[in-house]
Amino acid sequence: MPRHEGDGGAIVLDVRDLSIGFGGVKALDGVSLRLDEGVIASLIGPNGAGKSTLFALISGFLVPERGRVIFCGEDITGLPPHVICRRGMVRTFQIVQPFAAQTVRENIAVGAYLRHRSPREALARAEAVARRVGLAGQLDKLASSLTIAGRKRLELARALATEPKLLLLDEVLAGLNPQEIAEMLPVIRALRDGEGGRGGVTVLMIEHVMQAVMDLSEHTWVLNQGRLIAEGAPAAIGNDPQVIEAYLGRGTAERLRRVRT
Amino acid sequence: MRELALIAAFGAAVAALPLFVSSGFALNAVIMTLYAALLGQAWNILGGFGGQFSFGHAVFFGTGAYAAAVLQVRFGWNAWLALPAAIALGAVVGAFIGVLSFRYGLRGSYFALVTLAFAEVFRILSNTFQFTGAGVGLMIPLAESAARFQFASRAGFLHVILGLTLAACLVAWWLQRSRYGAWLQAVRDNEASAAALGIDVFRVKLGAIMISGALMAAGGVFYVQYFHYIDPHLAYGPGVSVEALLVPIVGGIGTLFGPLLGAAALHLLAELTRTFMGDVPGISLLVYGLVLVLMVTFLPRGIMGLLAGVAEARGRRRGDRA
Repeated sequence: MPRHEGDGGAIVLDVRDLSIGFGGVKALDGVSLRLDEGVIASLIGPNGAGKSTLFALISGFLVPERGRVIFCGEDITGLPPHVICRRGMVRTFQIVQPFAAQTVRENIAVGAYLRHRSPREALARAEAVARRVGLAGQLDKLASSLTIAGRKRLELARALATEPKLLLLDEVLAGLNPQEIAEMLPVIRALRDGEGGRGGVTVLMIEHVMQAVMDLSEHTWVLNQGRLIAEGAPAAIGNDPQVIEAYLGRGTAERLRRVRT
Repeated sequence: MRELALIAAFGAAVAALPLFVSSGFALNAVIMTLYAALLGQAWNILGGFGGQFSFGHAVFFGTGAYAAAVLQVRFGWNAWLALPAAIALGAVVGAFIGVLSFRYGLRGSYFALVTLAFAEVFRILSNTFQFTGAGVGLMIPLAESAARFQFASRAGFLHVILGLTLAACLVAWWLQRSRYGAWLQAVRDNEASAAALGIDVFRVKLGAIMISGALMAAGGVFYVQYFHYIDPHLAYGPGVSVEALLVPIVGGIGTLFGPLLGAAALHLLAELTRTFMGDVPGISLLVYGLVLVLMVTFLPRGIMGLLAGVAEARGRRRGDRA
């Protein structure tokens, strides 16, 4: 197993030179990134930049043409998604699809069953997780009856219930109104910080809501047309008007300045 | 737990039936209803809980029926020994079809068509080989004794089919409250989400088709013992496949009691049809087709869905008052 000779904090995720194409179109071209343990990091970029494709490659839903994915020092390239999840990496989906016929509690328990065989334990875990994401009041509702904000929380809760080391969040804030976003930010921050003696979770999020990227993440990668074109502290990236204008679209620099003041 | 009590109460009531009812016609009706419920529950486990719709469940039924008949006629086995062997064979055929179709990601109508094709292949095979009696079929030797799974009275058959049907219901009950059941239903609702949450989708589906095939094969054994005869069309023809899927769809797909309710409703309907329309050939199939169209259009969740709707409405009214 290839190991990373670390410099201080452990590397949770080490993506090396990932590439994949779809019928001649290079969706991702030589993407490499390293994620430190215990941080919230983000991946931004315009639509079609390849962010979700990168998530799919990391989490095993797609197999790369070239490159490796090293998770906690182990090569997981090409492993199927359920095996990767068992190793401690879980993803959410941009388009949330709850198991509609089941209650919120049962939905979350599906995730909890990964580490808890007995239904009683899994359902109890589901309750605990629901409290962490603010769904405690809706445990017995049918998942199909939740609002968009509720479904996003459920998607997060299900993933969290698998007790991951690394959480890949694909636009959990998309479609929420400003107040709902404001309510969600502390939830995500609390995941990293951990709770009740439990270690925190490392979070990598794809996000379009710049306020969240700025508020939450310590490190940001910018993806455009399948290549990483910048990385660093979000403020630094946000401070570079050229990067912003070129890769996030005209006018974003102005919006970011407003967010920060 | 309430459901378990309900199953036990139902089992006790039906088991005691021969003490009060002596009419062969009535007992036969109950036996055939339970038999239909068994086939329906078998299909329901794969189709209702697992979301994999099969159009060819006769492939498991026929395999069970032929296994029982061949083992008795050709090898002189006792029928009671043939029963577990046939059940195991049903699971093996399930594994075979499951590996082939789920490994290659066949879903929805593709999976349905593959199962239909397998049933046809098995029908043609059983129609070809002398070993299975070819087109003539196989008749098991008559020997009326409980020790040979051939009862002189209907009560014996009633108790056996009741036991098999209750066993199928217990499997469904277990699916509703176990880790495996939660995984199976998650796979039904969204395969990608299920895989992302660490569920081995392939193995979960494979387990469901094996359980379903095993129960269906038990139905086949019962059929052979009850009617003493099997031929390729009875075993692998579309009749059984249609009955197996119609019962849970009418009763409520993916529910514990749906197949029981569906079987009862369909048998009542078949009797009414016979009473009012006489024995017109094919009339019951016509009515079944009509029922299927009406159910899918107006009651996609079946009788159980109707009951749940009523209960919800009552709950809401109570909630409003509170």
